[in-house]
Amino acid sequence: MSDPLAFLDADGRRLRDLPEFASDGETLKALYAAMVRTRSFDTKAISLQRTGRLGTYASSLGQEAISVGVVGAMQDADVFLPSFREHGGQLWRGVTLEELFLYWGGDERGNDFAGPRQDFPVCIPVASQFPHAAGVALAMQQKGERGVAVAVGGDGATSKGDFYESLNVVGTWQLPAVFVIDNNEWAISVPRKEQTRARRLADKAVAAGIPGEQVDGNDVIAVREATTRALSRARAGKGGTLIECLSYRLGDHTTADDASRYRDEAEVSLHWKREPLIRLRNHLVEAHGWSKENEEALLRSCGDEIDAAAEAYLATEAESPGAMFAHLYASPPKEISAQAEEFGDD
Amino acid sequence: MTDMTMIEAIRTALGRALQDDADVVLFGEDVGIDGGVFRATDGLIQRFGAARVRDTPLSETVIVGMAVGAAAHGLKPVAEIQFMGFLYPAIDQLANHAARLRNRTRGRLSCPMVLRAPYGGGIKAPEHHSESMEAMLAHIPGLRVVIPSTPARAYGLLLSAIRDPDPVVFLEPKRLYRALSEPVSDDGAALPISEAVLEREGGDVTLVSWGAMLMETRAATDMLASEGIEAELIDLSSLKPIDRETVRTSVEKTGRCVIIHEAPLTAGLGAEISADLAEHCLTSLLAPIYRVAGYDTVMPYPRLEDHYMPSADRILRAVHNVMEFE
Repeated sequence: MSDPLAFLDADGRRLRDLPEFASDGETLKALYAAMVRTRSFDTKAISLQRTGRLGTYASSLGQEAISVGVVGAMQDADVFLPSFREHGGQLWRGVTLEELFLYWGGDERGNDFAGPRQDFPVCIPVASQFPHAAGVALAMQQKGERGVAVAVGGDGATSKGDFYESLNVVGTWQLPAVFVIDNNEWAISVPRKEQTRARRLADKAVAAGIPGEQVDGNDVIAVREATTRALSRARAGKGGTLIECLSYRLGDHTTADDASRYRDEAEVSLHWKREPLIRLRNHLVEAHGWSKENEEALLRSCGDEIDAAAEAYLATEAESPGAMFAHLYASPPKEISAQAEEFGDD
Repeated sequence: MTDMTMIEAIRTALGRALQDDADVVLFGEDVGIDGGVFRATDGLIQRFGAARVRDTPLSETVIVGMAVGAAAHGLKPVAEIQFMGFLYPAIDQLANHAARLRNRTRGRLSCPMVLRAPYGGGIKAPEHHSESMEAMLAHIPGLRVVIPSTPARAYGLLLSAIRDPDPVVFLEPKRLYRALSEPVSDDGAALPISEAVLEREGGDVTLVSWGAMLMETRAATDMLASEGIEAELIDLSSLKPIDRETVRTSVEKTGRCVIIHEAPLTAGLGAEISADLAEHCLTSLLAPIYRVAGYDTVMPYPRLEDHYMPSADRILRAVHNVMEFE
């Protein structure tokens, strides 16, 4: 059994030769900026929720490298099918900060994003996005598109039938799909070791007859490299891949959760030493001249951009209540129209 | 025009849809070389190939969930669940995703899929093979639920379901698959998807039914006619949405209504229709609205099955009660 794929250790020291894309400082800076932007969004989202201005929110704290690394390898015409912790990936793909705030603020228009129109919205019922990815991949295969469907779920998702069943059909039909597991060690209060006796979640690919790979999910270079390989295989007609990204949920499950009820603060502190931003920053400083000024400028620009997006979100009026009737069907049946009329909104 | 049974009409409509629209794909368990356990897809894999008529792994959640993904990405999947009793694990995909995708993306993505499933009892099938769950599905906002009761309606409604831009559950009364035949023209003409069919006019009492129960209900109207009672017969056809106007208009004329369905009585669709009539047609009603339905029991195994199924005799008794009410 091989070690998880990793290029940088927790302090940013190179463990092996970097893949080609990672020799380019600008590419790495873009990945770093995307992770910082994601974390800044996260901080703002939590503060808005704590002050009653956002709904229940699922933080991605500590897992930014997974989302950003995965989508960083994708092409525009691919389809991203996120769980509810993939803000970094959605942002990279082109969903705007304001749209994310809208979604988490309880407004469906946040899913009508201007970004990649073919991408799926956040998926709340755990693992139910994986069958959709198989379906998207089927459509791509059928239509002769060269795209790949990329779905992300958590460690808990790998216990569900939806996950196994769709992994199975991806294998059977050699569908162009990549399934990524954000193994953050916790499914709300249930730790990874109580989720399954499987030694590695990546091993679940064996049953589907497709490759399964474990990577250090806190190393964005490793995540992106593994995803790049999986996407190439899929594009070449060689079928799907399961990628397990090892990470840790540094925050609560959501803002409605209190993780201190079930896990030890010492464990969390330990994982803070392995979080994904420090190592890439250290590498950028060492190899690409990333300066304190660069860092401060990045934080400032992220903060400004996010504050502006939050302002715009807060200034956005709720939809007219009639919207709840208007989008259910392409042509609303009479009974829906009658209820809309009774409601009396226009 | 060719005489067709319902299963032939369904197969003909599927062939027509595959031929007319390259985005239509069929998938489900045993729909390929086996032609479906009821032969609804017989011969289609030979005509259209294994890429468009696909045998899936035995995996209901994936059949429905994959249809959602494929539909959102430009295909028009027609998925089959082999028997309605096996739909339960996939209701998550139907209710949480298929039915909601358009609404939750404000129209950015949609789900033009059809889910076909044989439903209902009366063919001495093993347990779990005879369920009538239409009311559960009709309760889910965002779906359409259609049930044909004749070969010609099966043909026309299946085409309209496939052409509909939203998810449609197309439930096939398996007892009728081969029970009757009639001339059907394979002309590609669809029937209106959300309309009831006024099948027989009469001024004394309105009978509302759907699916296989139309067999007993039609027989009952003939017997009533011989007694001098003229029943107006409505094949509801669309269980969601319900064509309330057609039912109300009829009951306003007759003043009496009996609703017949095979599914269990409690919280069945008869209750919804009855409530709607009570709300909108109270002053026209000359008698209470009666329901003749399956009992609130588990569908019995085949040896007791006939005792569960609503009979023409039960329908007659209900009509007599309604007619004699003072």
